[in-house]
Amino acid sequence: MTYKFLIPIIVVPVVQRKLGDVRLNELCVWLGQGLFLKNHNTWYYRKYIDVRRGGIGRISMLLTGYCVLCYIWNYPHLKKERWRKYH
Amino acid sequence: MMVSFFDQFASPSYLGIPLIAVAIALPWVLYPTPPARWINNRLITIQGWFINRFTNQLMLPLNVGGHKWALLLASLMIFLITINMLGLLPYTFTPTTQLSLNMGFAVPLWLATVIIGMRNQPTVALGHLLPEGTPIPLIPVLIIIETISLFIRPLALGVRLTANLTAGHLLIQLIATAVFVLLPMMPTVAILTAAVLFLLTLLEVAVAMIQAYVFVLLLSLYL
Repeated sequence: MTYKFLIPIIVVPVVQRKLGDVRLNELCVWLGQGLFLKNHNTWYYRKYIDVRRGGIGRISMLLTGYCVLCYIWNYPHLKKERWRKYH
Repeated sequence: MMVSFFDQFASPSYLGIPLIAVAIALPWVLYPTPPARWINNRLITIQGWFINRFTNQLMLPLNVGGHKWALLLASLMIFLITINMLGLLPYTFTPTTQLSLNMGFAVPLWLATVIIGMRNQPTVALGHLLPEGTPIPLIPVLIIIETISLFIRPLALGVRLTANLTAGHLLIQLIATAVFVLLPMMPTVAILTAAVLFLLTLLEVAVAMIQAYVFVLLLSLYL
């Protein structure tokens, strides 16, 4: 792929970038102006078009977290269930 | 203190917050609500397809007046299935093992069907108390029997659900305990582990349980 270095670098204004794309020295500018500037067009895209795909990983994390939560919730009772001689 | 196998059914409470609140709120999190789109993604389409098909099946014996119950019964079915299936995960708590919850489902819904029947068509509703073609001497006895059976229905609904789920969970715990105790001795363990796994699959008869629950509820709709 020899033509890769010919792709022009597109400069997007600081304020419109997401947090992950902002460089460290531009962080203050981003924080200051990003809070006031609300681009009213993007909410539609974010709500309806760039939706994250649900997958098996997400729901299995949820269920595992639920199991762990129930374990913690039950722990005062489960303490008694350790290796006892007579159950 | 005597620790029995029934302790798993005590409603666990931590820092004063009962776990049952979380366990009941969880099923609503798991199903995505369909957005107002023409064509949805695959998950929502499959979910909608299942619910539609199930509701179709459920509404078959009913006339149009009974279709008002579609929303209630379909959501009840999904709620109960989810709760029971989630209870199969380790350490989780199944709220439907509590008799209070099941009676709380059974009695109001049954009472609603009876009252609606009495209000709209009192003669027909009372007429159900006597099956057709009974010999005349048997009529008084049969009316009493039918009345008793009518009043026992909510009890049966609630207790059936409770008993089935409790029995299932108890069996799982018993067999699992047996497996652990027999671990030093090898061959028995393999057979017992297979039994546990099979029992777990059988406990996805929790789904059939819910079918039975909602269907019996439906049968009492002589709307």
